[in-house]
Amino acid sequence: MILDHLPALQVVVPLLAAPLIVLLRSGRLGWLIATAVSWTGLVIAVLLFLRVQDAGTISYAMGSWAPPWGIEYRVDALSSYVLVLVSLLAAVVLPYARLSIAAEVPSDRHYLLYAMFALCLCGLLGITITGDAFNVFVFLEISSLSGYVLIALGRDRRALRSAFQYLIMGTIGATFYVIGVGLLYLMTGTLNLADMATRLGAVQEVRPVLAALAFITVGLSLKIALFPLHIWLPGAYAYAPSAVSAFMAGTVTKVSVYVLLRFMFGIFGVRLVLPGLPLLEILTLLSAVAMVVASLVALLERDLKRLLAYSSVAQIGYITLGLGLGNVDGMTASVVHLFNHGVTKTALFMLVGGIVLRTGSCQLDALAGLARRMPVTCFGVVLAGLSLIGVPGTAGFITKWHLVLSALQAGQWWIVVVIAASSLLAAAYVWRFVEIAYLRAAPTGAASREEAPLQLLVPAWLLVAACIYFGFDTSFSLAGARDAAVMLLEGMR
Amino acid sequence: MNLVGHYSYWMTILLMVAGLYIVVARSNLIKKLIGLGIFQTSVYLLYIAPGKLIGGTAPIVSEQFAVYSNPLPHVLILTAIVVGVATLALGLALVVRIHEEYGSIEEDAILEIDQHTAAVQGQDGQPS
Amino acid sequence: MTAQNLMLLAMSTPVLGALGVALTQRSPNLRETLSFIAAGIALVCVLLLVPEVYAGGRPEIVLFEILPGAALAFRLEPLGMLFALVAAVLWPVSTLYSIGYMRGNDESHQTRFFACFALAIACTLGIAFSANLLTLFLFYEVLTLITYPLVTHHQDEEARKAGRVYLGFLLGSSLSLMLIAIIATWMMAGTIEFTPGGVLGADISNAAIGGLLALFIFGIGKAAVMPFHRWLPAAMVAPTPVSALLHAVAVVKAGVFSVVKVVIYIFGVERIAGLSSVDWLPFVTGFTIIAASVVALRSDNLKRRLAYSTISQLSYVVLAAALLTPLSIIGAALHIVSHAVGKITLFFAAGAIYTAAHKTKVSELDGIAKRMPWTMAAFTVGTLSLIGIPPAAGFYSKWYIVLGAAEGEHWMALAVLAASTLLNAAYFLPIIYAAYFREPVDDGHEHAHGEAPWPMVAAMVITATGVLALFFGMEFPLALARQLVSL
Repeated sequence: MILDHLPALQVVVPLLAAPLIVLLRSGRLGWLIATAVSWTGLVIAVLLFLRVQDAGTISYAMGSWAPPWGIEYRVDALSSYVLVLVSLLAAVVLPYARLSIAAEVPSDRHYLLYAMFALCLCGLLGITITGDAFNVFVFLEISSLSGYVLIALGRDRRALRSAFQYLIMGTIGATFYVIGVGLLYLMTGTLNLADMATRLGAVQEVRPVLAALAFITVGLSLKIALFPLHIWLPGAYAYAPSAVSAFMAGTVTKVSVYVLLRFMFGIFGVRLVLPGLPLLEILTLLSAVAMVVASLVALLERDLKRLLAYSSVAQIGYITLGLGLGNVDGMTASVVHLFNHGVTKTALFMLVGGIVLRTGSCQLDALAGLARRMPVTCFGVVLAGLSLIGVPGTAGFITKWHLVLSALQAGQWWIVVVIAASSLLAAAYVWRFVEIAYLRAAPTGAASREEAPLQLLVPAWLLVAACIYFGFDTSFSLAGARDAAVMLLEGMR
Repeated sequence: MNLVGHYSYWMTILLMVAGLYIVVARSNLIKKLIGLGIFQTSVYLLYIAPGKLIGGTAPIVSEQFAVYSNPLPHVLILTAIVVGVATLALGLALVVRIHEEYGSIEEDAILEIDQHTAAVQGQDGQPS
Repeated sequence: MTAQNLMLLAMSTPVLGALGVALTQRSPNLRETLSFIAAGIALVCVLLLVPEVYAGGRPEIVLFEILPGAALAFRLEPLGMLFALVAAVLWPVSTLYSIGYMRGNDESHQTRFFACFALAIACTLGIAFSANLLTLFLFYEVLTLITYPLVTHHQDEEARKAGRVYLGFLLGSSLSLMLIAIIATWMMAGTIEFTPGGVLGADISNAAIGGLLALFIFGIGKAAVMPFHRWLPAAMVAPTPVSALLHAVAVVKAGVFSVVKVVIYIFGVERIAGLSSVDWLPFVTGFTIIAASVVALRSDNLKRRLAYSTISQLSYVVLAAALLTPLSIIGAALHIVSHAVGKITLFFAAGAIYTAAHKTKVSELDGIAKRMPWTMAAFTVGTLSLIGIPPAAGFYSKWYIVLGAAEGEHWMALAVLAASTLLNAAYFLPIIYAAYFREPVDDGHEHAHGEAPWPMVAAMVITATGVLALFFGMEFPLALARQLVSL
């Protein structure tokens, strides 16, 4: 019985947890409830994934109102994949969060943070699982608003400014999305995603449809932090509490990419190749610029978290590049990088959180000789960094392989050059950390061996191990991505 | 150029552009939020205006009428208004906190204060 | 014990050895013993594999699939067998030498050194045993990363700079060019398994083959074909045992091994022989040979001279592979072996001179043979091998390359070989002459010194004997090499 309502439970459980945590007003209980909720969410997501593998797409009518009039929750190859990613990252970050948040946020605000965390998780899961276009907006704003609060709880006052900037840009993005959905509703008469896909083929007037596509793409690009709409990201990730950066870096932009994939390929599909709107080419070009420029800026950064943030912008470029190339390998690369980068970046931010906990700083200059004091953490950063570079034996390599393959198949040699350049730049900025941590002497008076506490190391290393593991055993990550890619591209036929 | 017939769309565009302009061009944080609100209002108009069909009556089923106005956009916009209110509230709360921390709500001034602080911190190597 | 188990044991023993070394940091003697035990076990495993490969067997292990259609897999064939033998035999010898050097120079971080050493050997064996390009690429990249701590051992500003050049060239070439070459092969041929006769179908254009070859040759930066050679002299900043390892056993041999393996098993010697689009390769390697020899001639720093000599000798192997005749392929395989043994002897000697006499320049070596007779004797034997004079092993490998060039009527290659032999003599023989027949210059910095510590001398004697022994026992590697071309 309960198994039938898993799609609803995936969203409802964290949704109910949030006000519960607020009512209980206890930081410790709040953390316990949030962690329990995230683990429950992971179990549900895995169960859903397995069911989709066996039985195909699950369609769940919310409140038993039949679609397309009622809101439908639709779990298919792509959404189940993203559900597992988001819930996995939440489940790993929350145990880590207790000590990290305790060090960075005043204790009277802890319960509020965990309540917002649960709400953000609910929003992200909701975006992924829902099959209704306006419902996506609602959950998008739920996750975004709670995200703004989470970021603003950072101890540096620049977190407030960053949260405000993110609020402005994020709201504009969401509103653009709503405009696009409105235009689509006017043209098709439905808000159900699957229904929209079928009805769109019959629409005669092209211009409103193109306008809708443009609005939705730009709006989501703001949420995805696609260059040049990425301005909010460095500040938001750098000044938020470390656990929040860790979670949001791995999920928020990825889920927005998911929505873009749904709309571009699932719904618009055929219309993408209409002349007058070279959307894929623009996307490819912007991605290429993002990959190179953001990596260059990362190279010049002195703050480790800002470096990782710009690295994220570049890696998001990888994802949208695969999208822009439009063939099966490109889409596979995009989807698998949602997973691979999510795991890698969250691992990195968690490790940096440990560094902040022990040394009080994440400025590169202050981290000289860190490898003596925190060897396990630094080695973790090296391994995860190798995944960013795309060295074989790491998850990032799998993505790169498919991106290069996709570019070669599309005959776009310049993109291969761009990918190579971006990898080398990634090697350069990862190696800045390696040199400073390993090859420089620690400043006099620095503490001797003082590794991050186990409660921080274990979840972080779990993900670092995942980076390496998914570079070898790709049966889940790659196969799931390929299924999703094939399913999306079939919408093109 | 059907000015009168498409009046609602023209207003939508005007509000949208005006709102966006205020967000971008004004450095006062509260004004930005106001601009954001105006921008969001344009979207409400975009949804609701087409909902009213010519010759359509209130959406209550009755044998006398064949054409009903569409109630769905109203429902959607109620939701969107709620989201807008939440956003505005959060934005204002952030402005209050920013004012507590920085003493100003002008974006330019805040940026300057941050740059100044970063320069000072860089000199004595304080953690961020 | 089956061949598969031997292969797995050979690859995992160095890894376990590294673990053991890391754990026994407190007791240096136990730590060194563990290194030896691991080296010994690996050597025995590799030796036990020889009979099967000799007889024509090709033991295979498929571990698991990484990408659909490309698995982590190993298949042992004659070229890999030769390379594995080089690595397995020279590892215990290098360990012996390293103990002498590290203790003689009171170097720090010895545990890290020996552990990374062992892991590098594991990667080398992984490369030697690899069955497809993906496996090879994986171990190739890990080798680059694991030798970085060895190159930057001293952790000073110089080491950092050298490390950047090292990684920049090696990672740069492999992540951009070599990876693209592998993926392009996958796209064009549908497979990246090493297959006798190559995998390129008849439908692939000659221009594509030429381009692919370029991507591979320049992408495999460890083969030090110009202009991707700068990492090699930069790595000289490392302690000499590292240079000995890098320049004889692991890194450079992995590079030229990969080149020869790709030429034989991906392109296929007969498939590309005679194609105009691959004609450029002998010229590029010929240029590298001559240019590197000229720089060697003008270098006063002994290790730098040896480094550029290595670059030159590596291009011998690539040139031999590029000539695409059966005899030259045999020569390429033999030269991997003979250069390894010869060059390691020379580097051992250079390190011995530094440890005992604190001299690094060629101009300082006058009369040193009186104080360090064993060292200079070994140096002489190594030199003979590199120039190609009997009774040193290098004679045979060079002879086969020359025969191969003549067989294919590559007159330019013959000219290059002749010229470079003269250049080799020009930059090595004066050292020997000065060491034996000149009086030591008394500039006030002289202090009494004898031979280097005995482990170093012992290692040198072993490798020098090896050079001579290989000359007389050349039929054995020759038989393995012949199997490469009798396809």
